[in-house]
Amino acid sequence: MSKTQIIQNGRIIDPVNGVDHCDDLWLRDGRIIAPESAAPADALYYDAWGKWVTPGLIDMHVHLREPGEEYKETIASGTLAAAAGGFTAVACMPNTKPVNDTAAVTRFIIEQASQGAARVYPVGAISKGSGGVGLAEYGELKAAGVVAVSDDGQPVLDSQLMRRAMEYAAGHNLLVISHAEELALSRNGVMNEGVVSTRLGLRGIPVAAEAIMVYRELALAELTGHHIHIAHVSTAAATDLIRQAKKRGVRVTAETAPHYFSLTEEAVAGYDTNAKMNPPLRTEADRQAIRQGLQDGTFDAIATDHAPHSVLEKQVEFDRAANGIIGLETSLPLTLALVREGVIEAARLVELMSVAPARILGVPGGSLAIGSIADITVIDPERRFCFTKEKIVSKSKNSPFLDWELQGKAVLTVCGGRITHNELS
Amino acid sequence: MMNEYRFQHRHLLEMGQFSVEDIRYILNTARSFKEIAGRPIKKVPTLRGKTIINFFFEPSTRTRLSFEIAAKRMSADTFNIAAATSSAQKGETLIDTARNLEAMSPDIIIIRHSSSGAPLLLSQNVNAAIINAGDGIHEHPSQGLLDLMTVREHKGRIEGLTVAIIGDIAHSRVAHSDIIGFTAMGAKVRVAGPASFMPPMIESLGATVCATAAEAVAGADVVMALRIQQERLHDPSIPSLREYASFYGVNRKLLELARRDVLVMHPGPINRGVEMSPDVADGTGSVILDQVANGVAIRMALLYLVMGGEKGGHE
Repeated sequence: MSKTQIIQNGRIIDPVNGVDHCDDLWLRDGRIIAPESAAPADALYYDAWGKWVTPGLIDMHVHLREPGEEYKETIASGTLAAAAGGFTAVACMPNTKPVNDTAAVTRFIIEQASQGAARVYPVGAISKGSGGVGLAEYGELKAAGVVAVSDDGQPVLDSQLMRRAMEYAAGHNLLVISHAEELALSRNGVMNEGVVSTRLGLRGIPVAAEAIMVYRELALAELTGHHIHIAHVSTAAATDLIRQAKKRGVRVTAETAPHYFSLTEEAVAGYDTNAKMNPPLRTEADRQAIRQGLQDGTFDAIATDHAPHSVLEKQVEFDRAANGIIGLETSLPLTLALVREGVIEAARLVELMSVAPARILGVPGGSLAIGSIADITVIDPERRFCFTKEKIVSKSKNSPFLDWELQGKAVLTVCGGRITHNELS
Repeated sequence: MMNEYRFQHRHLLEMGQFSVEDIRYILNTARSFKEIAGRPIKKVPTLRGKTIINFFFEPSTRTRLSFEIAAKRMSADTFNIAAATSSAQKGETLIDTARNLEAMSPDIIIIRHSSSGAPLLLSQNVNAAIINAGDGIHEHPSQGLLDLMTVREHKGRIEGLTVAIIGDIAHSRVAHSDIIGFTAMGAKVRVAGPASFMPPMIESLGATVCATAAEAVAGADVVMALRIQQERLHDPSIPSLREYASFYGVNRKLLELARRDVLVMHPGPINRGVEMSPDVADGTGSVILDQVANGVAIRMALLYLVMGGEKGGHE
């Protein structure tokens, strides 16, 4: 039996169980336990006065780069960054080198993650090598531990392959995550197509490149009756499509990322490669639509698309720079800004960042009920900090939020009862 | 007030960085340098001892030569580097290459690069003055300036003129610099071409989009045709050069709609018979070769000004 841990006097926000009040939370042996009449003499106390105590945050879309690109991130450094950002679990995309399309790669990731500072749920490839031709072996991947399949970064262009993937994955009870992009329209583009791309002379990626593929995925979900999850939605058009599909009962869930509700295409001005990602930052109207979608339930989850790249990929000409930004350490403060601005309530933040990701992926977490795993995030919504390069835990520093003054921070992260991050003052 | 004017720009990256006063000053400076081309000994000592590197990542004959002649006429030492695009694939980044050049203490680096924004990136990483000689589909400011100079020379003014630019606006850095420059100087800029050649929201740069070439050219003081690149047939943006020529080619018939004293311009090199018919290119009103001649004068002015030249216009 491990020592009892008592997180005292925090505002416990546990929407699944309808809880939002100040109380103590007791943990022991990696589980949440019922408070007892007297605490053991050796109990460990954490003062959470003025803080929020929530189920551990889960980021259902990250790139950990291991195996293959360990100079950008490793499972060890990525899970440390996750813990620092308040995350107790992440789902890692399969575009590693080699691609996670076999049980051997999945087992390697899980083995590496056993020493990590957060739970790691591997996502397998939809197609072999994410090459868009034949299906990967979902049965074996599932048995090895993948929780979903996706060809993230390599959109599935063949509609028949996508249909078969959805059907076949359903048979193995695997979630399919779509990176929705019509490559024929986006191929040469490096930023949103519009006034800024014209001004900078950069080739554009039109909104339609996302909307067309989101529509296809919705049509396939309707055709097959299976669930599809749409990753990193960036446009008002796709948000509308998903909203309408949900209304008519299509089995769809969707995520967006903090940069899509925090930034616009204007961030690219000056050819800042830290504002280059795919899908690209869009217009103010899109940003507002994303916020609306978070408010009205069109989006189920916020995921970062944490995509570490080194200076080798980023300190180059804009059109040659790699897509993607890190996100694990800025996701919570950027989402807390939505709470302060009245876009969403605190409980909704917990749904978007913990409850829904757990439910969609079918993994533990998202609840503070007695007996649940002791994955806890303690958040100080007031704590201010400057997000400087030196403070970044992730191995890569490619963030458009560098040197931003942020408000709100995870001050204690507990994963299975283990303290993975602690800056309680 | 003019006495207090100082040219403040260390790097010349885009038309948009210049005020109206800057542009006038550059044009006046260029005008004063132009007469050097007519002298028997075409050389002044102004930039003696200065080192200028022509750093061209894209093939270019005219612009590179123009900058080189400009530099040599001012007695600078010039060096040409034609960095094959493949050198990037050999592993050296633009920044590394630039830092290596920097170690040789150049005063000015003139860069032509296929990536928009590459001159800015360079300016952030080296101490030399950077001059953009064309970056991707972003800008070609020295071309924009020489076009302004050519029009002002022939028309006596820019303000109030109507300039029609016909062709592949989306992929033309020249068009972008011209739209910004002519608009800043008070001209009206109309653009026309296949809609597949129109960048989104080009109006935001100041241009008016016309549905047809005829509409753009009607009553225009200046008609400029842009080069059509063969690769656009494969994009595909247009079906054939033949069809393009019949709808958007600048020919005699189209020019009848313009003002009688219309100037005909082209940034070169011309696909004769495609974007411009030969009789127009060589006909009255064509100032295409004046553009080339003025290019040297503009580039002399730019080199002089980034090196802190103060005498300026000598009017």
